[in-house]
Amino acid sequence: MATRANLVGAVCFILLAAIAPALPGWFLSLTTIAFANALVVLGLIILWRTGLVPFGQALYYCAGAYTVALLARWFKVSDAFVLIILGGVIAGLIAFLIGFLLARYREIFFAMLSLALSMILYGVLVKTESLGSTDGFSVEPPTFLGWAPHGQALGFALYWLVLAVCAISAVLVSAYFRTAAGALAVPIRDNEIRVEFLGVSVNRLIHIKLVIAGTLGGFGGALGAMTIGHVDPAMSYWTTSGGFVFVTILAGAGSVAAAFVGSLVFEIVRSIAVDVLPGFWQLILGSVLLLTILFLPEGLGSIATRFRRSKEPAT
Amino acid sequence: MSAILSVRDLEKTFGSIVAARDITVDIPPQQRVGIIGANGAGKTTFINMITGYLKPSKGTVRFEDRDITGHSTREIMRSGISRSFQVAQIFPSLTVFDNICAAAAIARGPAGTLGHALRPLRAPETMAEADAAIELFQIARYRNTRAATLPQGVRKLLDIAMAVVGWPRLLLLDEPTSGISIEEKFALMDVVMTALKSRQMTVLFVEHDMEIVSRFADRVLAFYDGTVIADGPPDVALSDPRVQTLISGTKVAKAESAHV
Repeated sequence: MATRANLVGAVCFILLAAIAPALPGWFLSLTTIAFANALVVLGLIILWRTGLVPFGQALYYCAGAYTVALLARWFKVSDAFVLIILGGVIAGLIAFLIGFLLARYREIFFAMLSLALSMILYGVLVKTESLGSTDGFSVEPPTFLGWAPHGQALGFALYWLVLAVCAISAVLVSAYFRTAAGALAVPIRDNEIRVEFLGVSVNRLIHIKLVIAGTLGGFGGALGAMTIGHVDPAMSYWTTSGGFVFVTILAGAGSVAAAFVGSLVFEIVRSIAVDVLPGFWQLILGSVLLLTILFLPEGLGSIATRFRRSKEPAT
Repeated sequence: MSAILSVRDLEKTFGSIVAARDITVDIPPQQRVGIIGANGAGKTTFINMITGYLKPSKGTVRFEDRDITGHSTREIMRSGISRSFQVAQIFPSLTVFDNICAAAAIARGPAGTLGHALRPLRAPETMAEADAAIELFQIARYRNTRAATLPQGVRKLLDIAMAVVGWPRLLLLDEPTSGISIEEKFALMDVVMTALKSRQMTVLFVEHDMEIVSRFADRVLAFYDGTVIADGPPDVALSDPRVQTLISGTKVAKAESAHV
């Protein structure tokens, strides 16, 4: 089962990588952004399954993005691989430190506290003139092991890089979901007392989940910064976090693949909406969210599950 | 034989209220101890102190010759003590099998270590453990049923199965038959006690039904006002005049007449 899912996933990623030259430029960059965001959503799914909804996941996204931007600016680091890894590590480290506080909270308190923390980063960035305040600053195009592509080639390179990071993350997160620590998500949501009385610290398990989600958020931010070529404090603003929560509702927390499909659908709907009704695109997105909640409460991922169930003989 | 659980001068106070005092008990291995007492007599406080949920104000608790007084619940659970709850503590969204699998996965090996956390939840040996527990408690019929929809009796059995799957040496059952109809109580306790006996567990169970106590306990601890007022075989402890007037009231008279 697990190997089959991995195989299907691998084929999808290879196909996506192979068709890159055939894709129109706008779609290529849209997909790159969507999949970078999907990494943040993947982190959200890990917490979501545990019954935790962070309204401040943009904190790690922003931390990853600014890490990349500042490394390039201050230390002249330009290698994309080094930048991504450091973006993830720094965001994961922040999540680790914050986790000592955040892992003790649940429900709305968890949500609002995570929101407050992301808004603190936003506030600090807005007040920091040397980092461009609300305007932010631009990010130098990355190099790839010494190769410095420009224009269209850079677009392809970033697209493939995002795909590679997504593929690796998807495999690792699926593996994590099968481990005891990863699978103890619904049990924690259902009954913390029982988990504690079986001899495991719920707070520690949640702390681990926060660090994984934070690291994924950092990867997403790092890739986002390189793709957009610019960072600004809005990356930590609550509406950015809200966007990730939106995509998670759309995708559903049922599977790893849903994060990528959901994120892509979201970006497509948004760009069509902006194109068709520039003044009212939020209205269209809002309607999509409403329809999702009404008719697909478990997200796009549940379509696949329903389909699979209907094919299986009833037991 | 030396005691598996040894409690000395245990006391718990909340401000000026004394919830438990002067509790000194030695439990030999594989004994089945029924704990009786009215509400507020200190039974659950006693259990909570053994499991580390409450820190004793005074006294010591030793388990298998190790001082566990004041240890955290998790440390104590990992040292070989487990408990079930008055209200079954299960994972309602999961099936019976997945409930026990989760419990087995946590209980196996030294929890908290990275290697343990990273082992697959559905490892073959974990699944075998879970199925063995399902057999043991005779709930195979409900193996793939979501726990939220289980009848009360099966919930109780599942709760106990989850406590047992990690092979504890000492098991504390908090009112295993509460919420169960009188007709079902004995059948349920039969299943539970047979299962626990086959795993050579030492059992402490809190129970209000004196007939259940006299049938399933080797020994009775009677609690009143935070302390033990009678300790002995069921027929002796339950016929203690203080127990009869203070705890069992008319119930014990019924139990007695049934015995005679």
